Amino acid sequence: MVPVSWYLLLSALLFAIGTAGALTRRNGISVFLSIELMLNAANLSLVAFARQFDEHTGQVIVFFVMAVAAAEAAVGLALFIAVYRQRRTIDINRINLMRW
Amino acid sequence: MSYVPSDLIAVVAKLAVMLGFILTVVPVMVWVERRGSALIQDRPGPNRLGPLGLIQPLADALKFMFKEDVTPSAADKPLYLAAPALALLPALSTICVIPFGPDLVVNGETHRLVIADVPVGVLLFLALSSLGVYSLIVAGYASNNKFSLLGGIRASAQLISYELALTVAVLAVLMPVGSFHLADVVSYQREHIWNVVPQFVGFVVFLIASFAETNRLPFDLPEAESELVAGFHTEYSAMRFASFFMAEYAAMTALSALGVTLYFGGWSLPGVDLDGWLGALVGLITLVVKVAICMAVFVWIRWTFPRFRYDQLMRLGWKVLLPLALLNLIVIAALTVAGWL
Amino acid sequence: METLVFAVFAFLAVASAIAVVAHRNPVYSTMSLVVTLFSVAVLFVMLGAPFLGVIQVLVYAGAIVVLFLFVIMLLNIQAEEMPQGGQMAQRIASILGAVVFAGMLGLVFWRTMQPNSPPLTEELVSLRNLSRELFFEYLLAFEMIGLLLLVAVIGATVVARRPQQADTTEDWAASGDAPRVDGARSEPHINPETGDRVAARAGRS
Repeated sequence: MVPVSWYLLLSALLFAIGTAGALTRRNGISVFLSIELMLNAANLSLVAFARQFDEHTGQVIVFFVMAVAAAEAAVGLALFIAVYRQRRTIDINRINLMRW
Repeated sequence: MSYVPSDLIAVVAKLAVMLGFILTVVPVMVWVERRGSALIQDRPGPNRLGPLGLIQPLADALKFMFKEDVTPSAADKPLYLAAPALALLPALSTICVIPFGPDLVVNGETHRLVIADVPVGVLLFLALSSLGVYSLIVAGYASNNKFSLLGGIRASAQLISYELALTVAVLAVLMPVGSFHLADVVSYQREHIWNVVPQFVGFVVFLIASFAETNRLPFDLPEAESELVAGFHTEYSAMRFASFFMAEYAAMTALSALGVTLYFGGWSLPGVDLDGWLGALVGLITLVVKVAICMAVFVWIRWTFPRFRYDQLMRLGWKVLLPLALLNLIVIAALTVAGWL
Repeated sequence: METLVFAVFAFLAVASAIAVVAHRNPVYSTMSLVVTLFSVAVLFVMLGAPFLGVIQVLVYAGAIVVLFLFVIMLLNIQAEEMPQGGQMAQRIASILGAVVFAGMLGLVFWRTMQPNSPPLTEELVSLRNLSRELFFEYLLAFEMIGLLLLVAVIGATVVARRPQQADTTEDWAASGDAPRVDGARSEPHINPETGDRVAARAGRS
């Protein structure tokens, strides 16, 4: 029997790894992947809480998060394709037109 | 979570039956494919080795084993080596949710004749088979060859598009049954009528989408030998090529088994009600025969139709099959609510 | 047994998550993400959510990540070069921050959770109860998600569409001009005098 807090610790760890990736990577796609990782870590903790409190609400929220992640991936990748057409790169340090 | 030995024996026996089945299919299908194409194209086909050329698959297998295994120097080694394994894994694992007989009572214990009796059976099948696309993409990318890359890109778009129509068609079957258990789908069809009758539209969508999902002609755009050499597996040789080959036939078998279970009553025969060992045996044979008929259709279609163009493929998937599947879903839902199914 | 399964998949999840973040080749990052997603799906099943576990593999690993790979291969994105001097400091700072953040989050979770959880109930695992919750209590949210996905589909199509309206394939066929593959240089031909975007093309044919 694995205590639920272990799952939560794992989720915290995964979230931190995702955060580090989102902050350090320069390739737009990799930043995106790191964000997916963070979403998944949050999902894991939601399911763990659903297990702890014996309720479905956490699972329902995870379902919605997955749908939102799908929408986000579709729009985000479309944006990357559009940016790539214009600037021939998706290095986020070089997409800095809006920088002051 | 701990298994008592009799359970372990049962699991091993079930695994042996199903894996034995799916692995025997490959050499048999090699022969059927070659002889079938010969029949359709009015030529003799392989007929030198054994009666009717039946030993030919063995010779083919030996040839694959002793050929040189080439890895291109510019290939991305780890991914290049992983791709054939990635192809076999989902193809062989999906069969575990297919029921192949009535409940069997041995020494007072009831065994369900399915390897993985999970509440989300059908979804598990679809989830595992959706992982099959990675082998094609990874093989295409890792070969570092423009034909392979094009094959991989085509595969990713094609498989995602057709998976959608396939899933919606399958959902329509599950709706009147009210369960994701494939065993429940079979018992529903024993009580009512084979699903192919009320859900003929869904069945047609399922059939077309399953050709696309297994990369068979008329949808074999990822390999398309006349334009892409051999597509994603251009660079593969010897046993690695044979793995892709086996994975294709294993995926065909698994998908045929799913189609048979969903639309043609699975292991059951209408009017025949057997149980015990005899029932299990008859159930297994019935399933195998039905799958064999499906595989024959796969071969027949492959050597009869020309290949689609890529834009035609996409148009068919998104503008014909998906709306048709959704329409079917809505009609079935309405009929289910009205209590007619 | 359960502890062993948890240990294996937790280790796999963390190891592949590190690979996602650390590998410079985006294809490897993406494939590692598939491993992470699969491991987390197994953990979902262990936590009594088999439906979410399967959906995670079906939707996330089977469709969303394939989309990522599709775009990576379409744009032919190469591995990143090593960072130049100034970015090293930023990198170290981010990693340090993430570690501190993980520690804080973990501490909060550890303090607030009871060491033993209630036994896994049939109601939690059952799909029927989950769907009842989804379609009765959260029906509005469910419908909104449907709307959101529709908007996302339309938005993605509009954003990713090539910015050329006048040049259709019929035009190429008529003018005998080869279709341009290079998307970046596909601004419509605009005649400086009249502002007519097809003038240059029509004149040639």
